[in-house]
Amino acid sequence: MLNDIESWVKVAAFAGAGLSMGLGAIGAAIGEGFAAAKANDAIARSPDSSGDIFKLMLVGQAVAETAAIFALVIGVILLFSNFSAAAPISVAALLGAGICMGFGAMGSGVGSGFPAGEACEGVSRQPAVKGNLTTNMLIGSAVSQTPAIFAMVVSFMLMFINYSGAPLHPTSAALLGAGFATGLAAIGSGLGSGLAAGASCQGSARQPLTSANVTIIMLVGQAVAQTPSIFGLLISFVLMFKSYAPSETLAASIALVSAGLCIGFGGIGPGVGNGMTAQSAVGWVARNVRQEAVLMRTMLVGQAVSQSTAIYAMVIALALIFLI
Amino acid sequence: MAIEGIDLIKAASFLGAGLAMGLGAIGPGVGEGMVGAKACEAIGKNPGEAGLLTRTMLVGQAVSESTGIYSLVIALLLLFVV
Repeated sequence: MLNDIESWVKVAAFAGAGLSMGLGAIGAAIGEGFAAAKANDAIARSPDSSGDIFKLMLVGQAVAETAAIFALVIGVILLFSNFSAAAPISVAALLGAGICMGFGAMGSGVGSGFPAGEACEGVSRQPAVKGNLTTNMLIGSAVSQTPAIFAMVVSFMLMFINYSGAPLHPTSAALLGAGFATGLAAIGSGLGSGLAAGASCQGSARQPLTSANVTIIMLVGQAVAQTPSIFGLLISFVLMFKSYAPSETLAASIALVSAGLCIGFGGIGPGVGNGMTAQSAVGWVARNVRQEAVLMRTMLVGQAVSQSTAIYAMVIALALIFLI
Repeated sequence: MAIEGIDLIKAASFLGAGLAMGLGAIGPGVGEGMVGAKACEAIGKNPGEAGLLTRTMLVGQAVSESTGIYSLVIALLLLFVV
């Protein structure tokens, strides 16, 4: 039974599909719930704009749903593809693909809900700037989806690159680690980018004249908040494409999984933290636009310091991959 | 896969290093982000004190960073000394 590779590959594909869709549903559901709650609030405040608010809520929720749809796509491919050229290494690759997409959809799903909710509330305050708010919401939530897209890219690569020539033992662990790295690191960045986008929708509804400045600082803040997920993607690529000497020791394998976990978990905190800083800076640019330059500077300095722990995690991950 | 004593110890120390730095980075990352957020808020309210507020923010973040540095030290010790 233990030597029946074809069954084990199926086990990995089905387990990966379950993890992908199960974990991937968490974020989008929370984000859409937040948007719906805010929309109800908004309709209670100004029932006259209920049609606009309802439409905006649905558009916002559709964007937040994207992350879960990515997870569904990966799940369905894992369930129904015939991975017939089954090599023992596919077990790790398929499991890694599921883990990557499952965790990767969490942050973006929650994050995209924030701009949707704040935009609904904004329309109840200032129905006149509806168009502006919709644009702002779409830009903000599209950027928040980026980490989920990174996770999808890594999942596809894990599923469809042929690793059968690589030595089974450290490479299996490397593929599992690659899944953890991008998947976990995407949580923080997705959530953080969403916080910044929410603040920008709130700000441009309160002070419509500052809308352009608010969008710019939102994009800068989101770009920095996105960095930890890019570190995760980088480590995943290194893990997937480095060629390994065959090694039967446990330590060589564990080091590679550990590298993925290190940058994955290590990216969560800085992603959320950078997002919180950006959220506040965006909100205050809306209220006090004359101080835009000093707020932007403070935001970037604050984010850079918060980013340092993600850089430590990347250093340790690279040390685990290359020095051990 | 043959597992021997020394191999197991090495594997555990590598896993420990990754988890120490990975989990250890969550707290400082979020905490420093909160400091940055409050500093932006304070500068928005009172731009005249921007210099003082930036300095306070950096000192606060540096203290919060210390736990991240402890994690880094432990991870490096696990990797290269143990």
